[in-house]
Amino acid sequence: MMSHLMIAPVVIPAFLAPLIVLWMRFDLRTQRVFSVAGMVVLVGLALALASSASVNPPEVYKLGNWEAPFGIVLVLDRLSALMLVLTAVLGLVVVLYAIGSGWDKRGWHFHSLMQFQMMGLNGAFLTGDAFNLFVFFEVLLIASYGLMIHSGGQKRLKAGVQYVVYNLAGSTLFLFALGTIYSVTGTVSMADLAQKVAMMPADDTALLRVAAVLLMLVFAVKAALVPFQFWLPATYTNAPGPVAALFAIMTKVGVYAIIRIYTMVFPIGGTTGTLAQDVLMPAALVSLVIGMVGVLGARDLGRTVAYAVIGSVGTMMLAFSQFTQAATGAGLYYMVHSTLAAAALFLIVDLVKERRGAAGLAITPAPKTLTHGLLAALFFVGAIAMAGMPPLSGFLGKLMILDALRGEWTIWAVILVTSLIAIVGFGRAGSTVFWKAYATEGDPPEGPRDASAPGLAFVAAGALIAGLVALTVFAGPATGWLRVTADQLHHPQAYIGAVMDGAYERAAEAQAEGAALMGHGETEATGHEAPAAAH
Amino acid sequence: MEALVASAVGVMTAAGIYLILRLRTFPVVLGMSMLSYAVNIFLFATGRLAVNLPPILDHAGAATAGYTDPIPQALVLTAIVISFGMTAVVVMLALGAFIEAGDDLIDLDETEEAGQ
Repeated sequence: MMSHLMIAPVVIPAFLAPLIVLWMRFDLRTQRVFSVAGMVVLVGLALALASSASVNPPEVYKLGNWEAPFGIVLVLDRLSALMLVLTAVLGLVVVLYAIGSGWDKRGWHFHSLMQFQMMGLNGAFLTGDAFNLFVFFEVLLIASYGLMIHSGGQKRLKAGVQYVVYNLAGSTLFLFALGTIYSVTGTVSMADLAQKVAMMPADDTALLRVAAVLLMLVFAVKAALVPFQFWLPATYTNAPGPVAALFAIMTKVGVYAIIRIYTMVFPIGGTTGTLAQDVLMPAALVSLVIGMVGVLGARDLGRTVAYAVIGSVGTMMLAFSQFTQAATGAGLYYMVHSTLAAAALFLIVDLVKERRGAAGLAITPAPKTLTHGLLAALFFVGAIAMAGMPPLSGFLGKLMILDALRGEWTIWAVILVTSLIAIVGFGRAGSTVFWKAYATEGDPPEGPRDASAPGLAFVAAGALIAGLVALTVFAGPATGWLRVTADQLHHPQAYIGAVMDGAYERAAEAQAEGAALMGHGETEATGHEAPAAAH
Repeated sequence: MEALVASAVGVMTAAGIYLILRLRTFPVVLGMSMLSYAVNIFLFATGRLAVNLPPILDHAGAATAGYTDPIPQALVLTAIVISFGMTAVVVMLALGAFIEAGDDLIDLDETEEAGQ
């Protein structure tokens, strides 16, 4: 029973999405009910799977019951479970916000695209097969293309074209990387890959290294690491507010894939040596600097947050690029925090945009809006969290990362200085937009155009802030859980063992049986290497 | 044959990269399809090139004289379907942007105009 529960986070949205398109196309109310219900079910499922993953070793679900290295498997371990919970919570909040702010009325198919997006994300986090990861990447990307241009408009469509082209190029690169990996190892199952790569001679890895770096490029595109961050600011700024908030998890798909592949398949000290670390660390440092300088330099509140996302990806990647248990644990905590913080800020920024009228998101003084104090307070809390100031979880996350990086004083300096830059950037943006408003003469701009339930929109943004507070209050248990998760990641034998459980033995047995059935003698059975054409 | 396939992949990749760096959406879309053709052939070749061999073991079992690797064929089929769909999406999107904006330049015309 438990094993079938595992595929539900992929199957439920996969059924719900076409149902919403085909069956309730013209009835927004039913769409909303089913969409919210679907998200609630996903949250429940994710929590159930997480509680199962936190007591059990990695669980495997064989699709079609095909044996592991040949068939596709889904694997549930603690990291997958964590990502599932994060995705489901974010999805629920975003749907509630979209309903409350009326975003889902401004174009077609918002709710079904959301469900497809959930399907792709959940699948990407669950799959144990590298090619299947590519397929789920495409599912989540194609849904995100639709969401990105939701409700249209010239600028949004143009930014959408850039986003799509950039990601298509990334997908092509992914295929090149997978092809190279397959040609070297003859498999695309991650657990099998880990075993095969570990067996390769260390002095004959030229092609494998090429493949490893190509894969890193692909995931860096998704995670918006420098030098592949160019798509992010324009995309996030021009996407509808709730969609930008959902995209906070999209960069984490790249981060997740990097953690998964480079702790299991290409571990530090394995066949490819310290390759991953050598590539990741400089990229993460530069991302951090560019992101935070961008926060200071942006002239638009949306871009401020978008650059903060780049900076936070840099911060967590600095932790992950150490490939030590302590640093990974700290990085995971910061990842959960920054996903929630970025999503909250995008929602708040959208609330501001809806209420500022002609001034939009420009960081210029404009007359006071309605509900000005509440907006200012929300932005204040979100900015504190994002910049990493006490008392919220951003501070704790950065503290843990610094603690794990003790001895790397250059990195300390970069993290601390960029944090200061981010604080100044957010402070400047917030004080201009919210405080200068009191000194600006003029009529208050009109309220939001077509909000169905503005209260619900505020509640959704507040829920994410509440999540940040909870993450701070329960930092002890959370870090304990994440430390065990990091431990599991750095000892992938359990994962590999669960997937490859006796696969080679069974294959040898079947081969012997087949040989006996064919009437081959013992002497002929010795020549059982695969034909040269295959490998 | 190896030289032929390799140079086909190389030339198409080069042409694709040149085209996706162009300024207008039409060449960019062409470049994307070019790149996806290149990667499809590349994927095909990852199972090693074999002529006139079945993708299956025949009755001789493991003693079959030779076979071509079936997995890349399955992978490439998936890749073809996906790249076809994605090309359709990008064409629709580019058309939409062209109709809304009146030009098909791929750049956002202003980089960061305050207040959008």
